[in-house]
Amino acid sequence: MINTETLQPAEPLVPRTHYLNANYGIKSWLLTKDHKRIALLYLASVTAFFFLGGVFALLIRLELLTPKGDLVQPETYNKLFTMHGIVMIFFFLIPAIPAVLGNFLLPMMLGAKDLAFPKINLLSWYIYNVGAIFTLYAIIAGGVDTGWTFYTPLSSVYSNGNVIAVALGIFINGFSSILTGLNFIVTIHTMRAPGLTWFRLPLFVWAHYATSLIQILGTPVLAVTIVLLALERLFGVGIFSPSLGGDPILFQHLFWFYSHPAVYIMILPSMGVISEIIATFSRKKIFGYKFVAFSSLAIAVYGFLVWGHHMFVSGQSVYAGMVFSFLSYFVAIPSAVKVFNWTATLYKGSISYATPMLYAFGFIGLFIIGGMTGLFLAALGLDVHLTDTYFVVAHFHYIMVGGAVMGYMGGMHYWWPKISGRMYPEGWAKLSALIVFLGFNLTFFPQFLAGYMGMPRRYHAYADQFQVLNVLSTAGASVLGVGYLMPMIYFIWSMRYGPIASANPWPGSGLEWQTASPPPTENFIDTPTVTWEAYEFEEGQNLNVPVAAK
Amino acid sequence: MSEKIVPKRVYFTIFGLLIGFTLLTVWVASRDWGAFNTIIALTIAVTKALLVALWFMHIKYSNRLTQLVVASGLFWLVIMVALTLFDYRTRSMGR
Repeated sequence: MINTETLQPAEPLVPRTHYLNANYGIKSWLLTKDHKRIALLYLASVTAFFFLGGVFALLIRLELLTPKGDLVQPETYNKLFTMHGIVMIFFFLIPAIPAVLGNFLLPMMLGAKDLAFPKINLLSWYIYNVGAIFTLYAIIAGGVDTGWTFYTPLSSVYSNGNVIAVALGIFINGFSSILTGLNFIVTIHTMRAPGLTWFRLPLFVWAHYATSLIQILGTPVLAVTIVLLALERLFGVGIFSPSLGGDPILFQHLFWFYSHPAVYIMILPSMGVISEIIATFSRKKIFGYKFVAFSSLAIAVYGFLVWGHHMFVSGQSVYAGMVFSFLSYFVAIPSAVKVFNWTATLYKGSISYATPMLYAFGFIGLFIIGGMTGLFLAALGLDVHLTDTYFVVAHFHYIMVGGAVMGYMGGMHYWWPKISGRMYPEGWAKLSALIVFLGFNLTFFPQFLAGYMGMPRRYHAYADQFQVLNVLSTAGASVLGVGYLMPMIYFIWSMRYGPIASANPWPGSGLEWQTASPPPTENFIDTPTVTWEAYEFEEGQNLNVPVAAK
Repeated sequence: MSEKIVPKRVYFTIFGLLIGFTLLTVWVASRDWGAFNTIIALTIAVTKALLVALWFMHIKYSNRLTQLVVASGLFWLVIMVALTLFDYRTRSMGR
């Protein structure tokens, strides 16, 4: 039985000084060691890349409005989808939730003043930007046309694009990812508040722990693979190119050993966000907390055993294909555990349909479609038909955009009052969530149909029979673009004109809601002591705990 | 956690061993050991890596958690190599 008195938001509380006004000037931002400010620096960077990647997507969809290649040259089209993929994956999706929401929230959720290594945290942002500069240089200098996958020997021998500059950008950017993961793991192990045991941690923290493991264990392999590619391209060392005595499949093994788990770097933090939102807006403890927590770790570990399902038709041994197919089905289990447990959490919950919850519902529905179609692709026989078709494009966008970005948007709305100290306009936000959901499905569902009927990906022209589906998809992309622009506008608006947010406006149960909005630089005046379980909403066990920062 | 102070002679001994193994590598490479070429080279390389990790990187003196992290890295390497080699070893089967 939920005590409704505890659901009343606390009075607005604006501390005299907080992390946003503690000091001023560009230097105070560029040399900050405050995890919250670094999170905002990342927010600016990843948002810029999100819109840059969006421009590439827009041009792709415009070209595909008609069957003939009448907007851009085939070579230009190759560069557009390559740069769309590179920008979105390496410079938006991978860093987005960990580097923005993770950076901002993790120390607060742990009751800590900052991450374990604040200077390394700032360093990771600079490294990200150095990598970004190389990639932007490559784009301005003419782009790259290999696909974001850099398959050899196209990338290592034949491509005329700026492969080395982009590869160097991704190589450098990888270290940013590794340092963030390292910082999170050390912080979670060593800086938890008194009483905050492992099984009292918010599931957001568990998800970021699992993500960090992947970042640390997988990213170095990508770095090594890029170095090998560069050695072959620059010095003709035979590693991947058959003409030089190498094996192109070896590149795919190394590339996907990182890049498949990288999908979980994108989706796991999003799952952490969804757990927080579902619990808060159904006023219930997450059903099967430990299963959901361990399912994050299981996804992180299983995710490293399935990379060969990207290579069923590439020349990989059929026996390896069978093993990878079998293992790929296993990774569906922990993913399903999460979805079933979120659904069970909703059962008899006191559900409210605030904007973050709308995004969470969107996530669950779209992730189910993305996950289930992933099982289609993990089936050895069916994959032969679907490989390199738009079915694959639709599938991974349902995971990466329908899953990861929906979670990111939900999280941004959920914690925006904490980040900015202001509320966003709820009506507009609900409308944007609806537009994003509709626009997304209109964009990508037709691609399942086109792909299943045989439309190949990565071509600038296509057969006339696919035009209706492509027009729908392009129209959907326009709607989706509007849906993404709206939050950017009203978030900026709310920073000046939005109603003042209380410390705990929803109210939520985590430690981050027990400090002021926006929080003081040191997060908590006194280190909190945790005496309650995670997501304990009953009888006001923590919702009416006095706010620490005054 | 206080860092263990390791006597300098330990570092010099390890350094000497690494130089010794490097010379051994050169000597081994100048002879044909047949099927054992790779095995010998890898054994020397792994031994050198262990010396660096255990003493120079202080894994030997670290707590269990740090040792677990290092072991995880090696285990993940095993996963990558094993499943990749499984592909290579089974490509010609049934053809």
